[in-house]
Order: sequence, then C-alpha cells, then structure tokens
Amino acid sequence: MDLLRFATAGSVDDGKSTLIGRLLHDTKSIFEDQLDAVERTSREMGDDYTNLALLTDGLRAERGQGITIDVAYRYFATPRRKFIIADTPGHIQYTRNMVTGASTADLAIVLIDARKGMVEQSRRHTFLVTLLRVPHLVVAVNKMDLVGYSQEAFQSIRDEFTAFATKLNVPDLTIIPISALAGDNIVDRSKRMPWYEGPSLLHHLENVHVASDRNLIDARFPVQYVVRPQSTRYPDYRGYAGTVAGGIIKPGDEVVVLPSGFTTQIAGIETADGPVDEAFPPMSVTLRLADDLDVSRGDMICRPHNAPVPSQDIDAMVCWMSEATLSPGQQLAIKHTTRSARVLVKTLQYRLDVNTLHRDESATALGLNDIGRVRLRSTTPLFLDEYRRNRTTGGFILIDEPTNRTVGSGMVVGVE
Amino acid sequence: MTGPPNYRLSQMKTLEAESVHIFREVLAELERPVLMFSGGKDSIVMLRLAEKAFWPSRIPFPVLHVDTGLNFAEVMEFRDRRVSELGVRLVVASVPEAIERGLVVEEAGGSRNRIQTPVLLEAVRQHRFTALFGGARRDEEKSRAKERVFSFRDEFGQWDPKNQRPELWSLYNGRIRAGESIRVFPLSNWTELDVWQYIGAEGLEVPDLYFARAREVFERDGMLYAANAMSVPPPGVEPFSARVRYRTMGDANLTAAVRSEADTVEKIVAEIAATRLSERGATRGDDRVSEAAMEDRKREGYF
Repeated sequence: MDLLRFATAGSVDDGKSTLIGRLLHDTKSIFEDQLDAVERTSREMGDDYTNLALLTDGLRAERGQGITIDVAYRYFATPRRKFIIADTPGHIQYTRNMVTGASTADLAIVLIDARKGMVEQSRRHTFLVTLLRVPHLVVAVNKMDLVGYSQEAFQSIRDEFTAFATKLNVPDLTIIPISALAGDNIVDRSKRMPWYEGPSLLHHLENVHVASDRNLIDARFPVQYVVRPQSTRYPDYRGYAGTVAGGIIKPGDEVVVLPSGFTTQIAGIETADGPVDEAFPPMSVTLRLADDLDVSRGDMICRPHNAPVPSQDIDAMVCWMSEATLSPGQQLAIKHTTRSARVLVKTLQYRLDVNTLHRDESATALGLNDIGRVRLRSTTPLFLDEYRRNRTTGGFILIDEPTNRTVGSGMVVGVE
Repeated sequence: MTGPPNYRLSQMKTLEAESVHIFREVLAELERPVLMFSGGKDSIVMLRLAEKAFWPSRIPFPVLHVDTGLNFAEVMEFRDRRVSELGVRLVVASVPEAIERGLVVEEAGGSRNRIQTPVLLEAVRQHRFTALFGGARRDEEKSRAKERVFSFRDEFGQWDPKNQRPELWSLYNGRIRAGESIRVFPLSNWTELDVWQYIGAEGLEVPDLYFARAREVFERDGMLYAANAMSVPPPGVEPFSARVRYRTMGDANLTAAVRSEADTVEKIVAEIAATRLSERGATRGDDRVSEAAMEDRKREGYF
C-alpha cells in the first residue's frame, strides 16, 4: 500500500469542508463519537442537518467564525491507498497556507461551484497549484445537484477551465462533476449524471499514477547528520545520514561532494535494518564513503557529471508570509535542504497579481501573501536545482533573524 | 530489503523515513533535546524510530517522563525495563512531589492532567531542554490536526495556534531564543492504525494492558474503569470481571478500558481497522470536559 498526499483548495461556501467530510464519512473514517460531537454542535448552531464541515474546523476561533484559518491535516485509508489531506483555506489572505499545504502534495483538488463557474479564486488556486508544481490537478465541479445535474453546465465550466489551463503549466488535469452534499461521484459513479464517463473522485485518488513524479534521474543527497558512534564496537565508524532528495544511489557509484568537489565512491548504504542495494527518494539512509573526506551537514553528495553548480546568486519566485514587507536591501536567513546561510535581497523584479497573472514591475515591496520574482545573494554558495526539476533541492524558506519567524518560501527559477 | 518495482516506497516506510528525517533534523539544529517517554505505544514507536535514526550510535538524548503518580504499575515497570535495555538516561518529573512542594495544587475530581503542565515546564527549565519530542499524532484530536511538526513554544511553554511557523516541504525552522523551546512531533502523520501496524512489523514489545484479558472493572458514565488502588469504584458500584483492553495509557483513574477480544497485535490491528470509536473518545474521561479541552491545555503548555 502506498501513500498519496493531496491538498484541497476552496473558499468559504464552495463546499470544501463538506467534500472532505464526505470523503471521510463515505470511507468510514469518521468515528461515531466524532460524528456525535458534530451533530451536537450542528444542533447548537441551529443547523437542521449534520454539518460535515464541522469535522474539519479544529480551533475555537474557526468554529466561532465559521471559517478555516490554518492548514489542517486529515487521514483516511482505503484498501488501496493511505491518504493525507492538507485542508487549506482558500481566501486570498490565506495564500500562505495554501502554498504550505501544496508544497508536499502529490495532487491538488480545486473546487468550483457549478452555479458560479470559474471565478477569480479558481484561477488563483490553479495558479498556486502550478507554481508549487503539484503533479496532478483535479477540478471538482461541485454542487451539481443545484444545477439539476446539467451536462451543459458542466461542459461549459470544463471548456472554460481547459482553455485557462493551457496558459499555465498544468501537468495532469482531471475534471469531475460532483455533489459533495449529496455524495454524487465521490465514491461511486453517480446515476444522476449518466453522461459523465470518467472516474469517481475516490476512484481517481486511488488510481492516479504517481510513480513517475519524483526525480529519479539526478542523484542528490544533502548530508543531514554525521553519525560517529565512537563506541568500542564502532570506534572509527563515520556515516553520512540524510534523506535522498533525487536520483537512485547505489554502492560503488562515483560521487562528488559539494562544496569541496572531492570525488570518491559510495562504499555502502546502511540503515538500522541492514545494508540496502539502492536508495531513492524519500528514503532516509546513511551513506559510507570509500575515502576519508571532510564531509559535514549542509554538504551535498551528487554524481560527478550531474551536480548543481554552487552559486551565491539565487533567482526565485518567493511567496511572502509575513506582515512586515520584503524589499531590496533586506537581509534574511535562508534554509535550503540541510544548508543554512544569510541572503541579501538584491532586486524585486516584479510582483505577480495571483488573480490576473499580471506582472507589476513597478512594485517596490512584497506584502503578506504576495508572490514575486526576486534575486537574492547568499553569504555562502548553495547547491540549487530549478524547482521544476526537483521540489526538494529547488525549494527554500526565508527566516527573519530578529524574530526567528519563517517569513517566506521560495522556488528556484532559471539556474544557469 | 530491496527497492520495490518502480521505486515507490510503501506508506509504512515513507512514514518511517519522514520520522527519521525529523529526529535527525532536531539533533543537527537544537541543543539538549529530550524524548517524552511514558511507556505508551506511541512513545514506544518513537524510541524505535530514534534508535533507527542514529544507528549505530546510541540514542543521543535522555528520555523524560512526567509521572502523575497515577500511572498503571505495569506501565511503570515496562518504562524502567525499556529504558535500561536501551541504556538511555531517564529523567522523571514527579507530580506528587510537586504537590508536596506546593508547586501545584490537586484539582477537584482527581484529574492531574492539567497540573502536570507546570511540572513539565519546571523540568524543561531545570534541564534547559530546548527540544521535546512528543508522540502526539494529528489524527488524535482536532486541535492537534493543525499543529506543526516543529511546534514553537515561548518561554512559558505556551502554544499560539494563530501564530505558527509555516512548514513547507521538509524544511523545519528550529530557531529559538534562550528560554524558548520546540515541541517536535515525529509521528504527526501517523494514525493509530499505522502505529499498531508498525509495532507488528517491528516486533515491538508493549505493556500487557494493551491486550485483551479478563480484568476487574466497574462502570462510570458509560465507560469501564479498572478497579484498583488508584481507581476505586464509588460506593454502591460493584466491580465485575470483563474481557477488556486499553487503547491508551493515561492515568489509571481516568483511562477507560474497552471490551475486546484482541489479545495479539494482529487482532488489535484488525480491531482498530474496524472500530467505530476514536481512541480518545472511547477511553479518555478527561477529554470529555469540553470541545476545546485539548486546545486550552495546549495553550498552557501541555503536550
């Protein structure tokens, strides 16, 4: 059984919480006592139906306001797959939460209200999904029950969305007409929409092919932790522990260690359960090298003819996550794989309007939830890949040193 | 172990790899970490993952137990045995002793859930722990569903749900100032079923209370509680023998048993997969206080 992580994006009233509630309910992942609590709260709030949306609103502030503020993680399993849902609020002021939820997602569901069709937020959500390079996109055209399960209504939204998607880099698109409230096309194909010949939502989630989504070409191993037991049993043991970020690593492989540039071979790949013949993402292993080199946390082990060029200049799309603005001249801390440094914000090339995709080159700063293209200069070289090649070695976070807060996230573009 | 065809990792191995990554990240970035070890199933899995993360080194940090004085004797015996097998140092923060010293005052109703927080925070200060590994899972409870893997706490140990650090990809921000700390939850993405499947796959030993046996119990508010020294039936309530097991290991006076025939790990996995009651809802009298009971305790510095 494998694992699929997916993110859901939607705003108030488009039925996202109901959809998640429905998925959990119909896969029997909701416990009776949780359902009892929801029914109790529904009654107290004056609803005349069991408000499945309450299952996902965790914090008191959210229940008070009837909205989702933060990313909530939900879990369910079917006999085929285990699923982790990152339930993200869709309102523009929560862009940072959607970016957070999408960063680890294999698939994203964007909800569209069948009565309203594509609206500004549908475009924004889709753009963010493509910006974060979520490999699979599902557009769930919801509330089909409220448009009489009309094929024309669905087709018109489908055509409009498909036309819009060609302008973006949508790798794999599936559009499904559903009713989260009535349960149509959620688990089983709906009898009320015989004209729809595609899969139900759950069938798609269970079967979507995710094997080729990870980069298995470019070997990348950021050294996370040096294991040195210095015990009587292992007096001279020195292993480099970390999580494979790309490629397939095998014993005997010629490798280069960045930033030193020294080359050696993989002497062995070890785990507490014994040695392994190969390591691939996202395995956590310990590498032993044939030569005694000075390797430490923040170094990167790659193949000699396929390694990033260490660089202090970083071009990136940055999503800003703090109330204090980002502007040129500012200094921040950066964390990229296991390597930390400081960066100077050199230039802000443009701020992107996430609704119209217009590039505002006159912008002088990025505010909370803004996205823009930025050039940074780092204190030490980083080993960067383009984010579109590798989400692990192409992504970074920015930290404000006086407060230690995570204030931005970046996706590397245009590595020479 | 060889790579499966098409280089997909099973969900169990994916979760394990993610947890191991988290353990290593903390050791690389934070000083004086400690692992909360209660002898319960989640902390047993945590210890196994910590072993794997640093192998062939020993687990490079101590374990901490906040002892309410109301733990099941079997669990305490298990805790001590496991700690000595692994050769890790055990730090105990004692609630009864804190009551004696006047640090905390026993609450009406006998729950020591809330008063264990000041005892925990005192131990954190005394030992200057900066990172505390906890076994909490996001599937356990609503407010947990929104907590970060690296959960920042101020110098009072407080959690501010509206001011959490964004967590993207596998990049965790462990930066703190003096007096502040990070609660780290390597099992964030595990479910109760995952934990039991892992216990089965790894052949981990757990306290016998998890297995169904004939035990002396009595009924209170529709739940079955053990009849023992710490949990005495109210006058007029007769204890009886029933085949029960425990799904969680909280305080003996507040943790209910469930009727069960599951006397092996395999049977427990089957039972959990089919159960219609959540872990906490079925067994924890203390969570029934209010919808937001956990959220409130966490804000005060509870795990």
